[in-house]
Amino acid sequence: MTVSRDLPAVAPAPGRTDYAALVREDRVHRSVYTEQHIFDEEMVKVFGGRSWVYLAHESQLPEPNSFRSVRMGLRPVIVTRDRRGDLHAVFNRCSHRAATLCREESGTAKSFQCPYHGWTFRNTGELVGTPWPKGFGPSFDKSEHGLHKVARVESYRGFVFGTLNESAPSVVDWLGPAAGWLDYWVDRAPGGEVVVRSAAHRMGYRGNWKLAYDNAGDGYHPAFSHRSLLEMASRMGDAKDMAYFGRSPDEGPMRTYMLGNGHSVIDQRPNYDGPGSFWANQRPQPGREWFEEKIRAEHGADADRLLDLTIGSQINLSIFPNLLVIGNQIQVIEPLGVDRTQLTWHATTIGGVPPEVNTMRMRTQEDFPAFGEPDDQANFEEVQRGLAAPEAEWVLMNRGLDVPGWQEVGPDGVVSSTATDELHMRRYYAAWLEMMSEGTAR
Amino acid sequence: MSRRTPAEYADTSSWSYHVDDRFYAELARQSALLREDWPDAGVAEIVEAQSFLAREARLVDVGRFNDWLEQFTDDCLYWVPVTAGAGDPTVEVSHAFDDRRRLTDRVYWLRTGLAFSQIPASRTRRLIGNVETTVDPVTDERLIRSTFVVHELRAGVTKTYPGWYGHVLRRTGDGWRIKLKQVNLLESDQIHENLTLVF
Ligand code: FES
Ligand SMILES: [Fe+2]
Repeated sequence: MTVSRDLPAVAPAPGRTDYAALVREDRVHRSVYTEQHIFDEEMVKVFGGRSWVYLAHESQLPEPNSFRSVRMGLRPVIVTRDRRGDLHAVFNRCSHRAATLCREESGTAKSFQCPYHGWTFRNTGELVGTPWPKGFGPSFDKSEHGLHKVARVESYRGFVFGTLNESAPSVVDWLGPAAGWLDYWVDRAPGGEVVVRSAAHRMGYRGNWKLAYDNAGDGYHPAFSHRSLLEMASRMGDAKDMAYFGRSPDEGPMRTYMLGNGHSVIDQRPNYDGPGSFWANQRPQPGREWFEEKIRAEHGADADRLLDLTIGSQINLSIFPNLLVIGNQIQVIEPLGVDRTQLTWHATTIGGVPPEVNTMRMRTQEDFPAFGEPDDQANFEEVQRGLAAPEAEWVLMNRGLDVPGWQEVGPDGVVSSTATDELHMRRYYAAWLEMMSEGTAR
Repeated sequence: MSRRTPAEYADTSSWSYHVDDRFYAELARQSALLREDWPDAGVAEIVEAQSFLAREARLVDVGRFNDWLEQFTDDCLYWVPVTAGAGDPTVEVSHAFDDRRRLTDRVYWLRTGLAFSQIPASRTRRLIGNVETTVDPVTDERLIRSTFVVHELRAGVTKTYPGWYGHVLRRTGDGWRIKLKQVNLLESDQIHENLTLVF
């Protein structure tokens, strides 16, 4: 156990926060969810200043000169492909007087002209034109006024990440064992072809962004937070998908794996047995009966594989700080303020399957955003309200700590535990603490 | 229903055999029709459409969801698209794409008393105007287009949802029934908080 230390009565000045006093082995201080100055520092350090953050999926940038507007923390960023198709990311912030250049969500453009005074930049960031150039003195050097570039942009299996840290490890090294789980998710699609669709559930909640990350690796909450969904699913008899979270999950085969750098995964697959089992256990989607009959009639022995592809991956993969790969969706955590967050659920289709398989994927991907996630987010908002009490200082994350027999080290060195262990939080807060403490006086 | 539904799947609150490729094609056709220019309707038709919409709105606003569910046909769809202009539901997700079974699920879910996103429950009150109506030349069904503003109070916060409805109604021995209710939210593709209220 960490030795107890009293916090200073007055919040320390920004940049001098003693983060080690806020994150203990078994608990974390409420202020990391409520304090503006901590949030401001997170938006610099955790969201790109030190390490990688998820920016976009390559299918959202389908051709040379494609672009897409995103956020990197609070920074407006444009992810682009140049004319050869190579990926870049630049701040969506004119180097003249700071206006955003690009106000479209996506499209294709070789260059961006600022709507304010007409400066023009190549999609790789170089300044190429300033209207009426004679008005700039002899010391003005266009090459010094390109757009601020995201120092490094790298993609792994279609997932595009960026960092402002020149000396960060490669994305694949930073992902570590998480890369293998992304492989599983991508390789479910024939030929690995995953397409992010334009329609997304963009859900906002009035709470800190980390509440979403806490929850993404939490196998403890479903039996309670999702009672409405489990109850609804049993309307017609037998319990369906996720019911196993309610039947003492600690005795079941489901595990959570710690993947380093704050990443983790819950593997729900051991709750299923064999081809067709994902499909059989899914809550019923519109058109299910006609679809199953058609697929079985037309695809014979291959039908179970196709049916299962309409259902989620049964892994909950959390890539710190902002990427959650859950079901068939790519979720992105987008902080908007210390107590306001957007959680975007990007729906996906896949290549190499009959079109009705993708239609059924859409119907499946509507289920949880409608009847599951709203109850989670209602709880996030109530956590944020609870955190308003300053005298109750700590948020616990001690389930599983020092419990004999829970944590195991696999042959690959990966630590795993039962899915209700709060190890996910303890591990990612260790990564968070390291990032937040770097470059500050301690 | 264009294809014969096997007898064991006749109860559409439990089974969904009828949502097939033809269902999607018909939906696309009527969704387009709801966006066309229509001839002026007569006063009687407009008044009839208005009173149908007002009654439906009241059932939702006072939380009589079981009675509301009974307003729908067996092959109904309650559709809240994400994409502006409704988009293509065969390759895009919706906020709600509820056939009879899923709509029954939704009402059941709301009434479990366990949905934390509906504790406390939304209180709503909606205004409906700009009512237009015509007849589908292919199916003879009644089409209605209207503009709405839904006011919601939940957990001490009041929110406003503007948009427009497209209704397709079918005449039954028991009055009009809703075959399609398309809810086009002005902000459907933008950030939104807790869309668990009924539109
Ligand atoms: S702010 Fe962009 S040209 Fe002036
Ligand atoms: Fe959840």
